[in-house]
Amino acid sequence: MKILVCISKAPDTTAKIAFKDNNTAFDENNVQYIVNPYDEWYALVRALELKETLGGTVTTVSVGGADMEAIIRKAFAIGADDGVRIDAEPTDTFFVAEQIAAYAKQGGFDIILAGKETINYNGSSLGGMLAELLDMPYVSMATKLDVAGTTATVECDIDGGTEVIECNFPLVISAAKGMAEARIPNMRGIMAARTKALNVIPAITADKLTEVKSYTLAQGRTTCKMIDAENAGSLIDMLHNEAKVI
Amino acid sequence: MSVLVYTEVSKGKIKKASLEAVNYAAQIASKTGTTATALIINAGDASLDDLGKAGASKVLHISNSGINASDSQVLTRVINHAVEAEAASIVIFSNDLTAKAVAPRLAARMKAGFVPGAVDYPATDAAFTVNKNVFSGKAIATYQVNSAKKVISLLPNSFQVKTDGTAVAATAFDVPADLLSSRIKVKEVKRESNELSLPEAELVVSAGRGMKGPENWGMIEDLAKQLGAATACSRPVSDIGWRPHHEHVGQTGIAIRPNLYIAVGISGAIQHLAGVNGSKTIVVINKDPEAPFFKAADYGIVGDAFEVVPKLIEAVKKFKASQN
Ligand SMILES: Cc1cc2nc3c(=O)[nH]c(=O)nc-3n(C[C@H](O)[C@H](O)[C@H](O)COP(=O)(O)OP(=O)(O)OC[C@H]3O[C@@H](n4cnc5c(N)ncnc54)[C@H](O)[C@@H]3O)c2cc1C
Ligand SMILES: Nc1ncnc2c1ncn2[C@@H]1O[C@H](COP(=O)(O)O)[C@@H](O)[C@H]1O
Repeated sequence: MKILVCISKAPDTTAKIAFKDNNTAFDENNVQYIVNPYDEWYALVRALELKETLGGTVTTVSVGGADMEAIIRKAFAIGADDGVRIDAEPTDTFFVAEQIAAYAKQGGFDIILAGKETINYNGSSLGGMLAELLDMPYVSMATKLDVAGTTATVECDIDGGTEVIECNFPLVISAAKGMAEARIPNMRGIMAARTKALNVIPAITADKLTEVKSYTLAQGRTTCKMIDAENAGSLIDMLHNEAKVI
Repeated sequence: MSVLVYTEVSKGKIKKASLEAVNYAAQIASKTGTTATALIINAGDASLDDLGKAGASKVLHISNSGINASDSQVLTRVINHAVEAEAASIVIFSNDLTAKAVAPRLAARMKAGFVPGAVDYPATDAAFTVNKNVFSGKAIATYQVNSAKKVISLLPNSFQVKTDGTAVAATAFDVPADLLSSRIKVKEVKRESNELSLPEAELVVSAGRGMKGPENWGMIEDLAKQLGAATACSRPVSDIGWRPHHEHVGQTGIAIRPNLYIAVGISGAIQHLAGVNGSKTIVVINKDPEAPFFKAADYGIVGDAFEVVPKLIEAVKKFKASQN
């Protein structure tokens, strides 16, 4: 079984969010990048578990500049067999999807996994676009993935519940919480990561359909009105008369 | 040219989030000198009048039991068929779980720039730009869409729903059978039938590890019931199985933006806030005056949940009685 896992990078979840150049760019000063949690904890780890029980290979693919390589090596340390970096700045998701689709078309992958979303842009869109470009079925927000022969059984979130579906290879899946448990790389993995093949390939020509023009920080709340616990019931009147939410 | 909006029925009625999307589509249509067409699939006996009342000039209804609505590939082909028939250049979705699977697919098929989870009306004067939350709600980015075709999914609860327009009769719309072939087989569907859907809820009562154990959730459910609110929880609570995992809100759970979010016994970690700080009004109940959540709240009560929550339940009952 050949599995491809889409790996992106994201600022550490506690990173301070600030912008520069007149609020047109994210300020990376002092920001630590990590493997996007959904890609690492769920997509990659489940791919490795499937490989360990059923055999096969796990390849990662990332669209990004040279700074992406530390992120890819982390995926290697956790257990990915090899990885590809497509050399381009990932500023538009359609552009990224075109890049990964062009690579995946030659690979003959049975399952392509992405994360539920990147925690910086929260798009949840790459998996769907990729599936469309590859003309493959797509299951989004998957919380469980099992494989028997050439059939995947996937449990995923739907509005108001969950659903279990079956689909033959090949297919694209986006991974959400529940699919696996995060793994911590061990010393052997970290040593092995250094010698695994990280192939850099040039980007293909593709359109960028969107661009971010500017950013603004979300406004925090100015004051918190404190209510005495003894008098907790008065909150309800305030919610009605003042906040007007009930 | 028109603006197409994809809508859905749930529990025999058009979803509130769909009506919001119709409002949104109608606004964009009038701004760009065109009209909005609502598309709905297998609405059954549900009344479709609200689609017109919410601003759709035309309603297309596809009745076809052969549509596998669990297959994003099929839905994409079907919606695209309507896009072509209507010569739509803009397609609007409500950013729910269906849209997360289908909208990016459709965008790729149409080669349309896609903005998922918009929170505002687009500006259409010079360039087409629209705002969306990024960094898990900590910032807002203004996206410019450069392609002629556009797909936008609207974050639910971004606007108050208006249905003061005029109803229009639905037109039956057919799709060719060859668009319906599906490779996805549905084995099982589990729906939480009685509960309010959390992403659509206007009022949410949420609780965290401060509740000590699942046996204490009765009062949280009671408060929610009295208010007509949905229930939610922090991540550790769903991780240890005190509450079902679909209630987990935050960075790694779902993001919500109700009118009212009441947080009981939740510390207010940055990853939790990421999923709830878009709420209009936030109430925090915590016994620790130093809990970080108070910094992100509009109303705070320092106290023991086990004493405060029953008082709130009584107060809501009294309030409701006074309203009758
Ligand atoms: C990458 C990452 C992603 C994460 N994603 C999420 C996420 O999506 N959602 C999420 O919620 N968390 C998430 N977390 C976890 C988050 O950091 C916190 O650990 C979690 O939110 C804490 O949950 P809590 O507030 O219920 O529990 P605690 O932090 O244990 O807080 C319990 C609170 O209850 C109060 N309390 C105790 N007893 C009482 C009482 N009797 N009456 C009133 N108050 C009382 C305490 O003062 C305390 O403030 C994530 C963490 C990481 C590292
Ligand atoms: N630049 C990238 N390179 C590789 N994979 C990516 C990239 N950006 C996003 N992805 C994948 O697509 C998923 C969803 O991303 P998004 O649509 O941006 O929220 C991520 O969790 C990754 O698995």
